[in-house]
Amino acid sequence: MPFYVSPEQSMRDKADYARKGIARGRSCVALKYAGGILMVAPNPSRALHKISEIYDRIAFAAVGRYNEYENLRKAGVTYADITGYQYDRVDVTARGIANWYAQALGTIFTESNKPFEVEIVVAEIGRQSSDDQIYRITFDGSVSDEPGFVAFGGQADQVSTVLKERYRDGLSLAEAFGAALAALAAPSNGEQRPDVVAAQLEVAVLDRARDHRTFRRIRAARLEELIGEVRAADQKAAEAAKAAEEAEAAEAAQTPAEPEPADSGPSVGPDAAGTDRGSGLDDGGDTPSSPL
Amino acid sequence: MGSYFDGSQSDPFRPFGGEDGGSGRMRGAGVPGSGPAAGFMDRQGSSFADFLASYSPDLLPGRMAPSSGVPAGDAGGQVLRDLPHATTIVAATCEHGVVLAGDRRATSGSMIAKRDVDKVFRSDEYSAIGYSGTGSMGMDVIRAFQVELEHYEKMEGRSLSLEGKANRLAWMVRGNLAAAMQGFIVVPLFVGYDEDADRGRIFSYDPLGGPYEEHRFYSIGSGSVFARGSLKKLFSDDMPARDAVLACVQALYDAADDDSATGGPDLTRRIFPVIATVTADGYRRLSEAESEDYAEQVVQGRMSAPDGPQAPLRNAG
Repeated sequence: MPFYVSPEQSMRDKADYARKGIARGRSCVALKYAGGILMVAPNPSRALHKISEIYDRIAFAAVGRYNEYENLRKAGVTYADITGYQYDRVDVTARGIANWYAQALGTIFTESNKPFEVEIVVAEIGRQSSDDQIYRITFDGSVSDEPGFVAFGGQADQVSTVLKERYRDGLSLAEAFGAALAALAAPSNGEQRPDVVAAQLEVAVLDRARDHRTFRRIRAARLEELIGEVRAADQKAAEAAKAAEEAEAAEAAQTPAEPEPADSGPSVGPDAAGTDRGSGLDDGGDTPSSPL
Repeated sequence: MGSYFDGSQSDPFRPFGGEDGGSGRMRGAGVPGSGPAAGFMDRQGSSFADFLASYSPDLLPGRMAPSSGVPAGDAGGQVLRDLPHATTIVAATCEHGVVLAGDRRATSGSMIAKRDVDKVFRSDEYSAIGYSGTGSMGMDVIRAFQVELEHYEKMEGRSLSLEGKANRLAWMVRGNLAAAMQGFIVVPLFVGYDEDADRGRIFSYDPLGGPYEEHRFYSIGSGSVFARGSLKKLFSDDMPARDAVLACVQALYDAADDDSATGGPDLTRRIFPVIATVTADGYRRLSEAESEDYAEQVVQGRMSAPDGPQAPLRNAG
């Protein structure tokens, strides 16, 4: 004899379950830079990717349970390839894919006993930086259109706070990578995270300078090089800060030269008001949510 | 070569699925009770064509084949004759790679249907494909093949081996069999760079599939006999890429010289052969200017020697 469980209770339980599952993993970040979109995830595995290519200008990043998001990734690739094959390659858009994911995840959340413990990001680069799009889709099928950067996964709030401080429009690749590293190393619960090393990172970009397929993984030598650049920049900043501090102490002046980049980026975090937190299911306006 | 028929299809002569689903609508095959979005979920295998065959078979090339359509009589023959046909493609291996080139003519019967048709394409980063035969059918097969390779790569996180690609293409050519029986024949020529062996390789097909690996050089299409004869005299092993390109353009010129369906370089309209190289650096299609340059060289040479360069009569030494 089945017990009666109110829909509110059941939804709340499912959401709690999914949130807990996602919170066990580490965060992942995606942010715009001058030449495209950068995605960084802590991932010791070389074979099980968190970041992947979906289509010519579209990438996918996910956190949570591997088998679940891998299934979603393959479905996204299928959706994109079928759409591009039937119409044209330019007709495959991140918006269409995000809507498809929203619908799939929403259906799974409401109809199955166990919701997917995943959070995914679909990013697309446009012809110019202002056309870049980053969508975040959560386990219940909510979609948000993220302005410029997004942190998602386990400690998304802490990571996002740091990322927000460091992010601004038109960062170079090295600067954006520096911001991503700083964000991923953000202290959580007062604990400083250990430094991230190249072998533990999965890094990929959508590179506007490339034609046809713009997705590119940054690995091995190139990754070490990038990390080197970031370290050098950090050191410089630290020295500048120290020098400024000393100067300040010596002169007791009230104008310290703060090398920290000003927060000139959009002051909207992933969860702040103003982001488009549609349910995705209704967001079908002019894009069909299924390919046909 | 290896078997391309994986046994997953019930009828080997209809690898793209049965007769059902003719309405053109996609079937929502998926997890029961998981809504319409689930058709793409829980995929088994990484083949785009296999997925399409179960999902919406009408989208596959050869599916709209006139197996029940065109009457076999005169009317059908006329339709067939009037369809644009693509003609000559040549390929030659070179130092650490391979060259693929095609003329620009499409004919329908004795008419020229198009002067600037493209018959050489990138199939993926390390391979290229050209075709001769029914134009529209060939374009469909190539488009499906391109998606097939890219789809596999994205699903699996690695590219197919060169043999794997060649076998897959054979399977797709065979999918066109019903159409081929009616005369809508497409024959591709597939070339690629083999990373393990560090050399270019050439694969040819017949209307039923293949592949047949060809060595050194090959040609297909109506002018292929003349082109191959020409290449036989001009080709040498491990030519630098630019020499192999020149040999291919010479061969296309010879084909155009003797075959009415093959187009030569069109100096008045500035239409020149499409030339692609596949080497360790990947696929590269020569720019208009580069291919013009090669064509000019050949045409200039022919001004004084209309039959082209002469091979020595006796073997040296």
